[in-house]
Amino acid sequence: MTQQVFSSVSTKKLSPKLIRNLKEKAIEIVLFIAASTSVATTLAIMFILLEECWFFFQEVSIFKFLTDTEWTPLFANPRYGILPLLSGTIVTSAIALFVAIPCGTIAAIYLSEFADSKLREIVKPFLELLAAIPTVVYGYFALLFVTPFLQKIFPELPGFNMLSAGLVMGLMITPFVSSLSEDAMRAVPALLREGSTAMGATKLQTALRVVFPSAISGISSSYILGASRAVGETMIVAVAAGLQPNLTLNPFSQGATITAFIVQVSLGDVARGTIEYQTIFAAGLTLVLMTLVLNIIGYYLAKRFREIY
Amino acid sequence: MVEQLEKAIDFQPVAEVKHLDFYYSGFHAIKNVNFDIPEKKVTALIGPSGCGKTTLLRCFNRMHDLYPGNRYQGGILVNGVNILAKEVDPIEVRMRISMVFQKPNPFPKSIFENVAYGLRIRGENSRTVLDEKVEDALKSAALWEEAKDRLNQSAYDLSGGQQQRLCIARALVTEPEIVLFDEPTSALDPIATNSIEELMSGLKQKVTILIVTHSMQQAARFSDYTAFMYMGELIEFDKTETIFSQPAQKRTQDYLSGRIG
Repeated sequence: MTQQVFSSVSTKKLSPKLIRNLKEKAIEIVLFIAASTSVATTLAIMFILLEECWFFFQEVSIFKFLTDTEWTPLFANPRYGILPLLSGTIVTSAIALFVAIPCGTIAAIYLSEFADSKLREIVKPFLELLAAIPTVVYGYFALLFVTPFLQKIFPELPGFNMLSAGLVMGLMITPFVSSLSEDAMRAVPALLREGSTAMGATKLQTALRVVFPSAISGISSSYILGASRAVGETMIVAVAAGLQPNLTLNPFSQGATITAFIVQVSLGDVARGTIEYQTIFAAGLTLVLMTLVLNIIGYYLAKRFREIY
Repeated sequence: MVEQLEKAIDFQPVAEVKHLDFYYSGFHAIKNVNFDIPEKKVTALIGPSGCGKTTLLRCFNRMHDLYPGNRYQGGILVNGVNILAKEVDPIEVRMRISMVFQKPNPFPKSIFENVAYGLRIRGENSRTVLDEKVEDALKSAALWEEAKDRLNQSAYDLSGGQQQRLCIARALVTEPEIVLFDEPTSALDPIATNSIEELMSGLKQKVTILIVTHSMQQAARFSDYTAFMYMGELIEFDKTETIFSQPAQKRTQDYLSGRIG
Protein backbone atom coordinates (compact mmCIF):
# COMPACT_ATOMS: atom_id res chain seq x y z
CA MET A 1 0.00 0.00 0.00
CA THR A 2 2.66 2.50 1.01
CA GLN A 3 4.72 1.32 -1.92
CA GLN A 4 1.81 2.37 -4.08
CA VAL A 5 1.71 5.86 -2.58
CA PHE A 6 5.41 6.36 -3.15
CA SER A 7 5.44 5.41 -6.76
CA SER A 8 2.43 7.57 -7.46
CA VAL A 9 4.36 10.73 -6.42
CA SER A 10 5.72 12.31 -9.57
CA THR A 11 9.40 11.54 -9.91
CA LYS A 12 9.89 14.99 -11.39
CA LYS A 13 9.29 16.63 -8.03
CA LEU A 14 11.85 14.41 -6.36
CA SER A 15 14.61 14.94 -8.90
CA PRO A 16 17.63 17.01 -7.75
CA LYS A 17 17.28 20.77 -8.13
CA LEU A 18 20.06 21.59 -10.53
CA ILE A 19 20.14 25.36 -10.09
CA ARG A 20 19.94 25.20 -6.31
CA ASN A 21 22.78 22.71 -6.18
CA LEU A 22 24.93 24.81 -8.50
CA LYS A 23 24.35 27.86 -6.33
CA GLU A 24 25.28 25.95 -3.19
CA LYS A 25 28.40 24.64 -4.83
CA ALA A 26 29.42 28.10 -6.09
CA ILE A 27 29.01 29.60 -2.64
CA GLU A 28 31.01 26.78 -1.13
CA ILE A 29 33.84 27.44 -3.58
CA VAL A 30 33.88 31.18 -2.81
CA LEU A 31 33.99 30.47 0.91
CA PHE A 32 36.74 27.94 0.45
CA ILE A 33 38.86 30.39 -1.53
CA ALA A 34 38.39 33.06 1.12
CA ALA A 35 39.40 30.64 3.81
CA SER A 36 42.42 29.38 1.92
CA THR A 37 43.94 32.83 1.32
CA SER A 38 45.26 33.00 4.85
CA VAL A 39 46.72 29.51 4.64
CA ALA A 40 48.20 30.26 1.23
CA THR A 41 49.73 33.53 2.44
CA THR A 42 51.37 31.83 5.40
CA LEU A 43 52.76 29.07 3.21
CA ALA A 44 54.01 31.56 0.62
CA ILE A 45 55.77 33.66 3.25
CA MET A 46 57.38 30.59 4.76
CA PHE A 47 58.47 29.46 1.31
CA ILE A 48 60.11 32.77 0.41
CA LEU A 49 61.79 33.03 3.80
CA LEU A 50 63.18 29.52 3.52
CA GLU A 51 64.29 30.03 -0.07
CA GLU A 52 66.26 33.21 0.65
CA CYS A 53 67.66 31.70 3.82
CA TRP A 54 68.87 28.75 1.80
CA PHE A 55 71.10 31.11 -0.18
CA PHE A 56 72.12 32.96 2.96
CA PHE A 57 73.21 29.84 4.77
CA GLN A 58 75.32 28.79 1.78
CA GLU A 59 77.48 31.84 2.48
CA VAL A 60 77.30 31.89 6.26
CA SER A 61 77.34 28.75 8.36
CA ILE A 62 74.43 28.24 10.76
CA PHE A 63 76.95 27.77 13.56
CA LYS A 64 78.50 31.19 12.88
CA PHE A 65 75.03 32.73 12.57
CA LEU A 66 74.05 31.43 15.99
CA THR A 67 77.31 32.02 17.88
CA ASP A 68 79.05 35.10 16.42
CA THR A 69 78.77 38.04 18.78
CA GLU A 70 78.79 40.77 16.12
CA TRP A 71 76.06 41.69 13.66
CA THR A 72 77.60 44.00 11.07
CA PRO A 73 76.32 42.77 7.68
CA LEU A 74 76.49 46.24 6.13
CA PHE A 75 80.11 46.90 7.12
CA ALA A 76 83.14 46.39 4.94
CA ASN A 77 84.11 43.47 7.10
CA PRO A 78 80.71 41.85 7.64
CA ARG A 79 79.92 39.62 10.61
CA TYR A 80 76.67 37.70 10.80
CA GLY A 81 75.96 36.79 14.42
CA ILE A 82 72.26 36.98 15.32
CA LEU A 83 72.98 37.14 19.09
CA PRO A 84 73.16 40.97 19.38
CA LEU A 85 69.77 41.28 17.67
CA LEU A 86 68.40 38.46 19.81
CA SER A 87 69.62 40.14 22.99
CA GLY A 88 67.97 43.41 21.92
CA THR A 89 64.71 41.59 21.27
CA ILE A 90 64.87 39.73 24.56
CA VAL A 91 65.72 42.81 26.64
CA THR A 92 62.97 45.00 25.19
CA SER A 93 60.41 42.18 25.35
CA ALA A 94 61.35 41.34 28.92
CA ILE A 95 60.91 44.95 30.01
CA ALA A 96 57.61 45.10 28.17
CA LEU A 97 56.34 41.95 29.89
CA PHE A 98 57.61 43.25 33.20
CA VAL A 99 55.14 46.11 32.73
CA ALA A 100 52.34 44.34 30.87
CA ILE A 101 51.96 41.21 33.00
CA PRO A 102 51.36 42.90 36.38
CA CYS A 103 49.36 45.80 34.92
CA GLY A 104 47.33 43.59 32.61
CA THR A 105 46.62 41.00 35.29
CA ILE A 106 45.61 43.53 37.92
CA ALA A 107 43.39 45.36 35.43
CA ALA A 108 41.80 42.06 34.43
CA ILE A 109 41.13 41.02 38.03
CA TYR A 110 39.62 44.40 38.72
CA LEU A 111 37.43 44.43 35.63
CA SER A 112 36.29 40.85 35.96
CA GLU A 113 35.78 40.59 39.73
CA PHE A 114 35.37 44.05 41.22
CA ALA A 115 34.12 46.63 38.75
CA ASP A 116 30.36 46.86 38.48
CA SER A 117 28.97 46.53 35.01
CA LYS A 118 28.51 50.27 34.43
CA LEU A 119 32.11 51.08 35.27
CA ARG A 120 33.33 48.18 33.17
CA GLU A 121 31.44 49.56 30.18
CA ILE A 122 33.37 52.79 30.56
CA VAL A 123 36.84 51.47 31.41
CA LYS A 124 37.02 48.64 28.90
CA PRO A 125 36.67 50.78 25.75
CA PHE A 126 39.42 53.09 27.04
CA LEU A 127 41.70 50.16 27.65
CA GLU A 128 40.97 48.81 24.22
CA LEU A 129 41.61 52.24 22.72
CA LEU A 130 45.22 51.83 23.85
CA ALA A 131 45.46 48.93 21.43
CA ALA A 132 44.12 51.09 18.63
CA ILE A 133 46.89 53.71 18.81
CA PRO A 134 49.34 53.22 15.91
CA THR A 135 52.62 51.84 17.19
CA VAL A 136 54.63 54.58 15.51
CA VAL A 137 52.86 57.03 17.82
CA TYR A 138 53.95 54.93 20.76
CA GLY A 139 57.47 55.05 19.35
CA TYR A 140 57.58 58.83 19.35
CA PHE A 141 55.91 58.87 22.75
CA ALA A 142 58.81 56.76 24.02
CA LEU A 143 61.47 58.84 22.28
CA LEU A 144 60.16 62.33 22.99
CA PHE A 145 58.34 61.94 26.28
CA VAL A 146 59.39 58.84 28.22
CA THR A 147 63.12 59.06 27.48
CA PRO A 148 63.49 62.73 28.58
CA PHE A 149 61.47 61.87 31.66
CA LEU A 150 63.72 58.90 32.46
CA GLN A 151 66.78 61.05 31.85
CA LYS A 152 65.72 63.21 34.77
CA ILE A 153 66.01 60.14 36.98
CA PHE A 154 69.02 58.54 35.25
CA PRO A 155 71.02 61.46 33.78
CA GLU A 156 73.49 59.16 32.01
CA LEU A 157 70.71 57.49 29.96
CA PRO A 158 71.35 57.89 26.22
CA GLY A 159 68.70 59.44 23.96
CA PHE A 160 68.06 56.06 22.39
CA ASN A 161 67.71 53.23 24.87
CA MET A 162 65.98 49.90 25.27
CA LEU A 163 64.47 50.79 28.66
CA SER A 164 62.17 53.47 27.34
CA ALA A 165 61.20 51.42 24.28
CA GLY A 166 60.46 48.40 26.46
CA LEU A 167 58.38 50.36 28.96
CA VAL A 168 56.21 51.89 26.28
CA MET A 169 55.90 48.57 24.51
CA GLY A 170 54.65 47.20 27.84
CA LEU A 171 51.96 49.88 27.91
CA MET A 172 50.98 48.89 24.41
CA ILE A 173 50.65 45.19 25.30
CA THR A 174 48.82 45.76 28.61
CA PRO A 175 45.33 45.96 27.09
CA PHE A 176 46.08 42.85 25.09
CA VAL A 177 47.00 40.89 28.23
CA SER A 178 44.19 42.33 30.32
CA SER A 179 41.52 41.71 27.71
CA LEU A 180 42.45 38.04 27.19
CA SER A 181 42.95 37.44 30.92
CA GLU A 182 39.62 39.04 31.71
CA ASP A 183 37.89 36.81 29.16
CA ALA A 184 39.49 33.81 30.80
CA MET A 185 38.41 34.89 34.28
CA ARG A 186 34.90 35.74 33.21
CA ALA A 187 34.61 32.27 31.68
CA VAL A 188 35.03 30.79 35.17
CA PRO A 189 31.56 29.54 36.15
CA ALA A 190 29.62 31.67 38.65
CA LEU A 191 29.10 28.45 40.62
CA LEU A 192 32.78 28.44 41.64
CA ARG A 193 32.62 32.08 42.76
CA GLU A 194 29.45 31.38 44.73
CA GLY A 195 31.06 28.30 46.27
CA SER A 196 33.94 30.40 47.51
CA THR A 197 31.70 33.23 48.71
CA ALA A 198 29.50 30.74 50.54
CA MET A 199 32.57 29.57 52.47
CA GLY A 200 32.94 33.12 53.78
CA ALA A 201 35.66 34.26 51.40
CA THR A 202 35.99 37.94 50.58
CA LYS A 203 35.93 39.13 46.98
CA LEU A 204 39.72 39.39 46.91
CA GLN A 205 40.17 35.91 48.36
CA THR A 206 37.73 34.52 45.81
CA ALA A 207 39.49 36.33 42.98
CA LEU A 208 42.99 35.25 43.98
CA ARG A 209 42.37 31.77 45.36
CA VAL A 210 39.60 30.44 43.14
CA VAL A 211 39.02 32.51 40.00
CA PHE A 212 42.66 33.17 39.13
CA PRO A 213 43.79 29.54 39.46
CA SER A 214 40.71 28.36 37.56
CA ALA A 215 41.58 30.66 34.69
CA ILE A 216 45.33 30.11 34.89
CA SER A 217 45.71 28.44 31.52
CA GLY A 218 43.85 31.24 29.77
CA ILE A 219 45.79 33.84 31.69
CA SER A 220 49.16 32.27 30.94
CA SER A 221 48.18 31.98 27.30
CA SER A 222 47.52 35.73 27.35
CA TYR A 223 51.05 36.23 28.71
CA ILE A 224 52.54 34.08 25.99
CA LEU A 225 50.59 35.83 23.25
CA GLY A 226 51.62 39.17 24.79
CA ALA A 227 55.24 38.01 24.64
CA SER A 228 54.79 37.10 21.01
CA ARG A 229 53.45 40.60 20.34
CA ALA A 230 56.46 42.10 22.11
CA VAL A 231 58.93 40.01 20.13
CA GLY A 232 57.28 40.99 16.85
CA GLU A 233 56.80 44.68 17.70
CA THR A 234 58.76 46.90 15.30
CA MET A 235 58.05 50.60 15.26
CA ILE A 236 58.54 51.40 18.92
CA VAL A 237 61.97 49.79 19.07
CA ALA A 238 63.00 51.11 15.66
CA VAL A 239 62.15 54.65 16.73
CA ALA A 240 63.18 54.69 20.37
CA ALA A 241 65.83 52.04 21.00
CA GLY A 242 68.41 53.16 18.49
CA LEU A 243 69.56 50.92 15.70
CA GLN A 244 72.85 49.72 17.13
CA PRO A 245 73.10 45.93 17.36
CA ASN A 246 74.60 45.47 20.77
CA LEU A 247 75.19 42.22 22.61
CA THR A 248 74.16 43.30 26.07
CA LEU A 249 71.45 42.69 28.61
CA ASN A 250 71.74 46.21 29.97
CA PRO A 251 68.44 48.04 29.36
CA PHE A 252 70.14 51.43 29.69
CA SER A 253 72.12 50.96 26.51
CA GLN A 254 71.10 51.30 22.90
CA GLY A 255 70.09 48.21 21.04
CA ALA A 256 68.55 46.89 17.89
CA THR A 257 65.98 44.15 17.74
CA ILE A 258 65.47 41.69 14.92
CA THR A 259 62.45 43.65 13.73
CA ALA A 260 64.25 47.00 13.89
CA PHE A 261 67.09 45.62 11.79
CA ILE A 262 64.68 44.34 9.15
CA VAL A 263 63.05 47.77 8.89
CA GLN A 264 66.42 49.46 8.68
CA VAL A 265 67.63 47.27 5.83
CA SER A 266 64.32 47.21 3.98
CA LEU A 267 64.26 51.00 3.94
CA GLY A 268 67.83 51.27 2.70
CA ASP A 269 69.09 50.70 -0.83
CA VAL A 270 70.36 47.17 -0.57
CA ALA A 271 70.50 45.37 -3.92
CA ARG A 272 68.34 42.33 -4.40
CA GLY A 273 70.06 39.00 -4.34
CA THR A 274 73.08 40.22 -2.38
CA ILE A 275 74.08 38.70 0.92
CA GLU A 276 73.07 41.94 2.71
CA TYR A 277 69.62 41.54 1.23
CA GLN A 278 69.42 37.94 2.34
CA THR A 279 70.31 38.79 5.95
CA ILE A 280 66.86 40.22 6.48
CA PHE A 281 65.36 36.89 5.52
CA ALA A 282 67.60 35.05 7.93
CA ALA A 283 66.62 37.51 10.66
CA GLY A 284 62.99 37.24 9.60
CA LEU A 285 63.03 33.47 9.80
CA THR A 286 64.46 33.63 13.32
CA LEU A 287 61.67 35.99 14.28
CA VAL A 288 58.96 33.86 12.70
CA LEU A 289 60.24 30.78 14.48
CA MET A 290 60.24 32.60 17.83
CA THR A 291 56.70 33.92 17.48
CA LEU A 292 55.52 30.62 16.05
CA VAL A 293 56.77 28.73 19.08
CA LEU A 294 55.18 31.30 21.42
CA ASN A 295 51.90 31.17 19.56
CA ILE A 296 51.81 27.39 19.60
CA ILE A 297 52.38 27.39 23.36
CA GLY A 298 49.71 30.07 23.80
CA TYR A 299 47.27 28.18 21.62
CA TYR A 300 47.91 24.95 23.51
CA LEU A 301 47.34 26.64 26.88
CA ALA A 302 44.20 28.40 25.70
CA LYS A 303 42.79 25.13 24.42
CA ARG A 304 43.54 23.33 27.63
CA PHE A 305 41.75 25.88 29.79
CA ARG A 306 38.53 25.41 27.87
CA GLU A 307 38.54 21.76 28.82
CA ILE A 308 38.87 22.18 32.57
CA TYR A 309 35.25 22.68 33.47
CA MET B 1 -2.18 29.32 59.76
CA VAL B 2 -1.15 30.70 63.14
CA GLU B 3 -2.79 27.78 64.88
CA GLN B 4 -1.03 25.44 62.63
CA LEU B 5 2.37 27.00 63.22
CA GLU B 6 1.84 26.73 66.95
CA LYS B 7 0.99 23.10 66.58
CA ALA B 8 4.18 22.47 64.69
CA ILE B 9 6.41 24.21 67.20
CA ASP B 10 7.30 21.47 69.57
CA PHE B 11 11.00 21.97 68.96
CA GLN B 12 13.87 24.22 69.82
CA PRO B 13 14.27 26.64 66.89
CA VAL B 14 17.80 27.36 65.72
CA ALA B 15 16.61 30.08 63.38
CA GLU B 16 13.39 32.03 63.10
CA VAL B 17 12.20 33.50 59.83
CA LYS B 18 10.12 36.57 60.61
CA HIS B 19 8.09 38.53 58.07
CA LEU B 20 10.66 37.87 55.41
CA ASP B 21 10.25 39.59 52.05
CA PHE B 22 12.78 39.49 49.28
CA TYR B 23 12.97 41.46 46.04
CA TYR B 24 15.04 40.90 42.89
CA SER B 25 15.07 44.55 41.77
CA GLY B 26 11.34 44.98 41.09
CA PHE B 27 10.30 41.35 41.46
CA HIS B 28 8.78 40.35 44.78
CA ALA B 29 10.15 36.82 45.10
CA ILE B 30 9.51 36.00 48.77
CA LYS B 31 6.31 37.22 50.34
CA ASN B 32 5.99 37.55 54.10
CA VAL B 33 7.39 34.17 55.06
CA ASN B 34 7.30 33.12 58.72
CA PHE B 35 8.54 29.86 60.18
CA ASP B 36 11.06 28.38 62.58
CA ILE B 37 13.87 26.03 61.70
CA PRO B 38 14.17 23.16 64.18
CA GLU B 39 17.60 22.48 65.58
CA LYS B 40 19.48 19.36 64.44
CA LYS B 41 16.69 18.26 62.17
CA VAL B 42 16.30 18.12 58.44
CA THR B 43 13.87 20.69 57.09
CA ALA B 44 12.91 20.35 53.44
CA LEU B 45 11.69 23.21 51.26
CA ILE B 46 9.47 21.93 48.47
CA GLY B 47 7.33 23.55 45.82
CA PRO B 48 7.06 23.97 42.05
CA SER B 49 9.81 25.58 39.98
CA GLY B 50 10.03 29.31 40.52
CA CYS B 51 8.17 29.24 43.82
CA GLY B 52 11.06 30.91 45.62
CA LYS B 53 12.44 27.98 47.60
CA THR B 54 16.02 28.44 46.39
CA THR B 55 15.69 32.21 46.81
CA LEU B 56 14.60 31.64 50.40
CA LEU B 57 17.50 29.24 51.01
CA ARG B 58 20.00 31.74 49.67
CA CYS B 59 18.73 34.38 52.11
CA PHE B 60 20.14 32.28 54.95
CA ASN B 61 23.77 32.86 53.95
CA ARG B 62 23.16 36.20 52.26
CA MET B 63 24.19 34.91 48.84
CA HIS B 64 21.92 37.56 47.34
CA ASP B 65 24.42 40.19 48.50
CA LEU B 66 26.61 39.12 45.58
CA TYR B 67 24.40 40.69 42.98
CA PRO B 68 23.23 44.29 42.81
CA GLY B 69 19.57 45.24 43.06
CA ASN B 70 18.58 42.54 45.55
CA ARG B 71 16.77 43.64 48.69
CA TYR B 72 15.74 41.90 51.90
CA GLN B 73 13.00 42.97 54.29
CA GLY B 74 12.11 41.43 57.60
CA GLY B 75 14.48 39.07 59.28
CA ILE B 76 16.02 35.72 59.92
CA LEU B 77 16.93 35.48 63.59
CA VAL B 78 19.77 33.19 64.58
CA ASN B 79 20.37 33.22 68.35
CA GLY B 80 18.25 36.34 68.46
CA VAL B 81 20.35 38.25 65.91
CA ASN B 82 18.85 39.29 62.59
CA ILE B 83 21.44 38.02 60.13
CA LEU B 84 19.92 40.08 57.33
CA ALA B 85 20.60 43.35 59.14
CA LYS B 86 22.97 45.75 57.39
CA GLU B 87 25.29 45.90 60.39
CA VAL B 88 25.78 42.13 60.34
CA ASP B 89 28.82 41.04 58.34
CA PRO B 90 27.73 38.52 55.69
CA ILE B 91 31.17 36.90 55.85
CA GLU B 92 30.59 36.09 59.54
CA VAL B 93 27.14 34.71 58.67
CA ARG B 94 28.63 32.41 56.04
CA MET B 95 31.09 31.02 58.57
CA ARG B 96 28.20 29.75 60.64
CA ILE B 97 25.77 28.88 57.86
CA SER B 98 27.43 27.07 55.00
CA MET B 99 26.05 25.83 51.73
CA VAL B 100 26.19 22.91 49.31
CA PHE B 101 25.16 23.67 45.75
CA GLN B 102 23.11 22.00 43.03
CA LYS B 103 26.10 20.91 41.04
CA PRO B 104 29.33 19.80 42.68
CA ASN B 105 31.63 22.83 42.51
CA PRO B 106 35.06 21.82 43.79
CA PHE B 107 37.79 24.40 43.33
CA PRO B 108 40.74 23.72 41.02
CA LYS B 109 42.84 22.56 43.94
CA SER B 110 43.78 19.30 45.59
CA ILE B 111 41.23 17.34 47.60
CA PHE B 112 42.93 18.46 50.81
CA GLU B 113 43.04 22.13 49.85
CA ASN B 114 39.39 22.07 48.81
CA VAL B 115 38.34 20.96 52.28
CA ALA B 116 40.87 23.23 53.99
CA TYR B 117 39.65 26.26 52.01
CA GLY B 118 37.28 27.59 54.68
CA LEU B 119 40.05 27.42 57.28
CA ARG B 120 42.75 28.86 55.03
CA ILE B 121 40.75 31.95 54.17
CA ARG B 122 40.41 32.58 57.89
CA GLY B 123 44.15 32.55 58.23
CA GLU B 124 44.51 29.04 59.65
CA ASN B 125 47.86 27.73 58.42
CA SER B 126 48.92 25.34 61.16
CA ARG B 127 49.45 21.99 59.47
CA THR B 128 48.37 19.95 62.49
CA VAL B 129 45.09 21.86 62.88
CA LEU B 130 44.39 21.64 59.16
CA ASP B 131 45.20 17.92 59.01
CA GLU B 132 42.95 17.15 61.91
CA LYS B 133 39.99 19.26 60.77
CA VAL B 134 40.20 18.12 57.17
CA GLU B 135 40.22 14.51 58.30
CA ASP B 136 37.21 15.08 60.56
CA ALA B 137 35.28 16.82 57.79
CA LEU B 138 36.08 14.12 55.25
CA LYS B 139 34.99 11.47 57.74
CA SER B 140 31.73 13.31 58.39
CA ALA B 141 31.17 13.46 54.65
CA ALA B 142 31.91 9.71 54.30
CA LEU B 143 34.74 10.41 51.89
CA TRP B 144 37.74 9.72 54.11
CA GLU B 145 38.19 6.05 53.17
CA GLU B 146 38.12 6.84 49.44
CA ALA B 147 40.21 9.98 49.64
CA LYS B 148 42.79 9.45 52.38
CA ASP B 149 45.44 8.07 50.03
CA ARG B 150 44.98 10.73 47.38
CA LEU B 151 44.55 13.95 49.32
CA ASN B 152 47.03 15.73 47.09
CA GLN B 153 45.33 14.79 43.85
CA SER B 154 43.12 17.24 42.01
CA ALA B 155 39.51 17.31 43.14
CA TYR B 156 38.51 16.96 39.49
CA ASP B 157 39.80 13.37 39.53
CA LEU B 158 36.86 12.40 41.77
CA SER B 159 33.54 11.14 40.42
CA GLY B 160 30.46 13.40 40.51
CA GLY B 161 29.10 11.84 43.69
CA GLN B 162 32.50 11.98 45.37
CA GLN B 163 32.87 15.62 44.33
CA GLN B 164 29.54 16.43 45.95
CA ARG B 165 30.64 14.68 49.16
CA LEU B 166 33.84 16.71 48.94
CA CYS B 167 31.73 19.87 48.78
CA ILE B 168 29.82 18.66 51.84
CA ALA B 169 33.12 18.11 53.66
CA ARG B 170 34.17 21.61 52.61
CA ALA B 171 30.94 23.01 54.02
CA LEU B 172 31.40 21.12 57.30
CA VAL B 173 35.00 22.01 58.03
CA THR B 174 34.21 25.34 59.67
CA GLU B 175 31.80 23.57 62.06
CA PRO B 176 28.72 25.54 61.01
CA GLU B 177 25.43 25.49 62.89
CA ILE B 178 23.31 25.21 59.76
CA VAL B 179 24.14 23.65 56.40
CA LEU B 180 22.05 24.69 53.42
CA PHE B 181 21.60 22.18 50.60
CA ASP B 182 20.33 23.49 47.28
CA GLU B 183 19.04 20.41 45.43
CA PRO B 184 22.31 18.63 46.17
CA THR B 185 21.47 15.49 44.23
CA SER B 186 19.89 16.92 41.11
CA ALA B 187 23.07 16.43 39.06
CA LEU B 188 23.80 12.95 40.39
CA ASP B 189 22.84 9.41 39.40
CA PRO B 190 20.56 7.35 41.69
CA ILE B 191 23.39 5.50 43.44
CA ALA B 192 25.30 8.69 44.25
CA THR B 193 22.00 10.30 45.28
CA ASN B 194 21.39 7.46 47.67
CA SER B 195 24.77 7.84 49.34
CA ILE B 196 24.33 11.61 49.71
CA GLU B 197 20.91 11.11 51.28
CA GLU B 198 22.28 8.60 53.77
CA LEU B 199 25.03 11.03 54.56
CA MET B 200 22.59 13.89 55.19
CA SER B 201 20.39 11.77 57.46
CA GLY B 202 23.49 10.98 59.53
CA LEU B 203 24.64 14.59 59.59
CA LYS B 204 21.64 15.86 61.49
CA GLN B 205 23.20 14.53 64.67
CA LYS B 206 25.68 17.36 64.34
CA VAL B 207 24.09 20.17 62.36
CA THR B 208 20.79 21.61 61.32
CA ILE B 209 19.99 20.90 57.69
CA LEU B 210 17.85 23.01 55.41
CA ILE B 211 17.38 21.43 52.01
CA VAL B 212 15.67 22.53 48.84
CA THR B 213 14.51 19.60 46.79
CA HIS B 214 12.53 19.05 43.65
CA SER B 215 11.89 15.48 44.57
CA MET B 216 8.96 14.98 46.89
CA GLN B 217 10.11 11.41 47.48
CA GLN B 218 13.40 12.78 48.71
CA ALA B 219 11.64 15.14 51.10
CA ALA B 220 9.44 12.32 52.33
CA ARG B 221 12.34 9.89 52.69
CA PHE B 222 14.54 11.70 55.13
CA SER B 223 13.31 15.13 56.18
CA ASP B 224 11.77 15.71 59.59
CA TYR B 225 9.93 18.89 58.69
CA THR B 226 8.66 20.15 55.37
CA ALA B 227 7.78 23.62 54.18
CA PHE B 228 5.68 23.90 51.05
CA MET B 229 6.09 27.10 49.06
CA TYR B 230 4.03 28.40 46.20
CA MET B 231 4.43 31.69 44.27
CA GLY B 232 6.77 33.15 46.86
CA GLU B 233 4.54 32.35 49.80
CA LEU B 234 4.94 29.74 52.49
CA ILE B 235 1.73 27.76 52.20
CA GLU B 236 2.29 25.16 54.86
CA PHE B 237 4.95 24.09 57.31
CA ASP B 238 4.68 20.99 59.44
CA LYS B 239 6.16 17.63 60.32
CA THR B 240 6.96 15.82 57.10
CA GLU B 241 4.63 12.91 57.87
CA THR B 242 1.75 15.31 58.52
CA ILE B 243 2.39 17.25 55.31
CA PHE B 244 2.45 14.09 53.25
CA SER B 245 -0.39 12.22 54.94
CA GLN B 246 -2.86 14.94 55.84
CA PRO B 247 -1.92 18.37 54.52
CA ALA B 248 -4.06 21.16 55.93
CA GLN B 249 -4.01 23.29 52.81
CA LYS B 250 -5.71 22.42 49.55
CA ARG B 251 -2.78 23.75 47.50
CA THR B 252 -0.35 21.48 49.34
CA GLN B 253 -2.59 18.55 48.59
CA ASP B 254 -2.87 19.58 44.94
CA TYR B 255 0.88 19.86 44.62
CA LEU B 256 1.57 16.56 46.30
CA SER B 257 -0.93 14.80 44.08
CA GLY B 258 0.58 16.39 40.98
CA ARG B 259 -2.25 18.75 40.12
CA ILE B 260 -0.09 21.88 40.32
CA GLY B 261 3.64 22.29 39.79
